[in-house]
Amino acid sequence: MSEAKIASGLSRRMFMTASVSAVAAMPLVNSSKSADQPTSAKPAGPRDLSAVSMRINKQPYNLALDNRTSLLDALRDHVGLTGTKKGCDHGQCGACTVLVDGKRVLSCLSFAIMNQGREITTVEGLVSTDGELHPVQQAFVDHDAFQCGYCTPGQIMSAIGCINEGHAGSEDDIREYMSGNLCRCAAYPNIVAAIVQARDEIRRA
Amino acid sequence: MRPFVYERPTSVSSAVDIATHADTGQSPPTAANTQFIAGGTNLADYMRLGVAQPERLIDLNTLVEPALRQIRIEDDAIRFGALVRMSEAADNGDVRRRCPLLAESLQFAASGQLRNMASLGGNVLQRTRCEYFRETSWPCNKREPGSGCAAMEGFNRQHAVLGTSDACIAAYHGDFAQALIALGATVDIEGQQGRRTLAFAKLHRRPGETPNIETDLAADELITAIEVPLAPWSSRSRYLKIRDRESYAFALASAAVALDMDGERVRSARIALGGVATVPWRASAAEDTLKGKVLDEAAARAAADVAFADAKPREHNAFKIPLGKRTLVRALLETRDMKG
Ligand SMILES: Cc1cc2nc3c(=O)[nH]c(=O)nc-3n(C[C@H](O)[C@H](O)[C@H](O)COP(=O)(O)OP(=O)(O)OC[C@H]3O[C@@H](n4cnc5c(N)ncnc54)[C@H](O)[C@@H]3O)c2cc1C
Ligand code: SF4
Ligand code: FES
Ligand code: FES
Repeated sequence: MSEAKIASGLSRRMFMTASVSAVAAMPLVNSSKSADQPTSAKPAGPRDLSAVSMRINKQPYNLALDNRTSLLDALRDHVGLTGTKKGCDHGQCGACTVLVDGKRVLSCLSFAIMNQGREITTVEGLVSTDGELHPVQQAFVDHDAFQCGYCTPGQIMSAIGCINEGHAGSEDDIREYMSGNLCRCAAYPNIVAAIVQARDEIRRA
Repeated sequence: MRPFVYERPTSVSSAVDIATHADTGQSPPTAANTQFIAGGTNLADYMRLGVAQPERLIDLNTLVEPALRQIRIEDDAIRFGALVRMSEAADNGDVRRRCPLLAESLQFAASGQLRNMASLGGNVLQRTRCEYFRETSWPCNKREPGSGCAAMEGFNRQHAVLGTSDACIAAYHGDFAQALIALGATVDIEGQQGRRTLAFAKLHRRPGETPNIETDLAADELITAIEVPLAPWSSRSRYLKIRDRESYAFALASAAVALDMDGERVRSARIALGGVATVPWRASAAEDTLKGKVLDEAAARAAADVAFADAKPREHNAFKIPLGKRTLVRALLETRDMKG
């Protein structure tokens, strides 16, 4: 994929690449306790931190978190992966969508501690090691499927889930099964077109 | 959010044990100090809003019993484990074929992400979205017994017209529950006192004078499974949901319909109404009016009039009565036209 193809998305792409390498260079956070130490053995007090270990974008993380921390806040504030966005914090907008064990979920309504041992994929984890965008990312660039871009990481993660589930058959299906991702800029027609392109490309691959 | 202790039991009996020993009060489960969590899509939201304030959460996702995650299709019933996700049940080919109503009520609820998270057990126990219940600065008899009801004279467009009381008019917003009550489902429950099976129709309580008590469950009781009998009406069934927007919205009005037909005539009809009542709502009297009749538009309208005969509107929700009737008429006629 050439840089020229990106056109207006150039600075966005460079930003994505930059944030990926920043994450890779980051040390494990608070790696104090051992990975799969069960908290049920002796529940701590409500204000004690709990050990949570999960893989995020194929890297292991051992975190010490307040039980109240959402997966979204863990990713953004504790791991430093700010690609995942907070729109409503109440399950109503889809901006915080990530994949957990390959399935799209809302990270704002998931307590981080309930993700012990799981594999999390965020938008930062989509670019291949040689820097090539994921087909869904590339399709969003090709179709200009955003304006402000705030909903975009959630749209992209949700689109990947939607395609993997087999719910991207027709444009009507896409609209129905992507309805959990709101776009305040109303880039919907372009988002649907992007998903059609990405679906076909993923099917061919 | 109130700080909480987090527990990861591995079996139903240990989950029940924790709930029993950690909790002393007689409060309904929703006010108990110890609460179960499954998908968390309802409870985490209400904890963040300060509406629910458990000091101990018991995670059900670490329970190992396989049946909790299985959908079993038997000759005369479909059994759903309580931890089956909404998306798994909605996408199950046998469920879709044997009983479209069940699959549709899940498919048109919430969003793709929420359906991947939410469990069937948690789904039927989801709490109302009444705006005054959600915002803790308002008086609300359900959240704070005796404080009053801000919705009564407030903006009550979303609120119920059936099954209301002077204390509370909050709607029950779930969709799946309408399918379950129409189809005569049962729930399996396990608690300190042992196991019991309850008619789904007995699970939810109308608000009456104690809208804070929402179900028949005790704080130590866990739903383990939901069973739906398969009957002649199962395959000719559908869920029609009418919303402010086409998708990703709660029902303003909905109808769950299942029909057993003898040619043009109705042998047996099953009807439930969503978005309009305080609890999952079976319209038994409307079902009776259809028995033995030719199901044409006039008969459907007569049944809809009966279904809403006792409806009590407030200032902003009177539109739900004509809307609810039209929804039911359309659902009846569309179900009639399905292949049995
Ligand atoms: C934006 C949004 C839109 C939505 N739209 C719809 C819609 O259109 N239609 C619809 O039907 N729903 C809708 N929902 C509600 C959603 O379906 C419910 O939140 C979900 O089904 C709850 O399941 P859960 O597993 O996440 O429950 P949780 O949040 O984990 O639990 C809910 C309650 O049930 C209790 N509980 C859970 N499992 C058990 C069990 N096995 N035994 C005993 N108690 C248990 C918990 O203690 C808690 O009180 C929407 C939700 C959101 C956030
Ligand atoms: S309708 Fe019910 S839930 Fe809503 S404010 Fe009144 S008492 Fe509370
Ligand atoms: S931030 Fe999670 S759905 Fe809006
Ligand atoms: S691009 Fe602005 S919110 Fe979607």
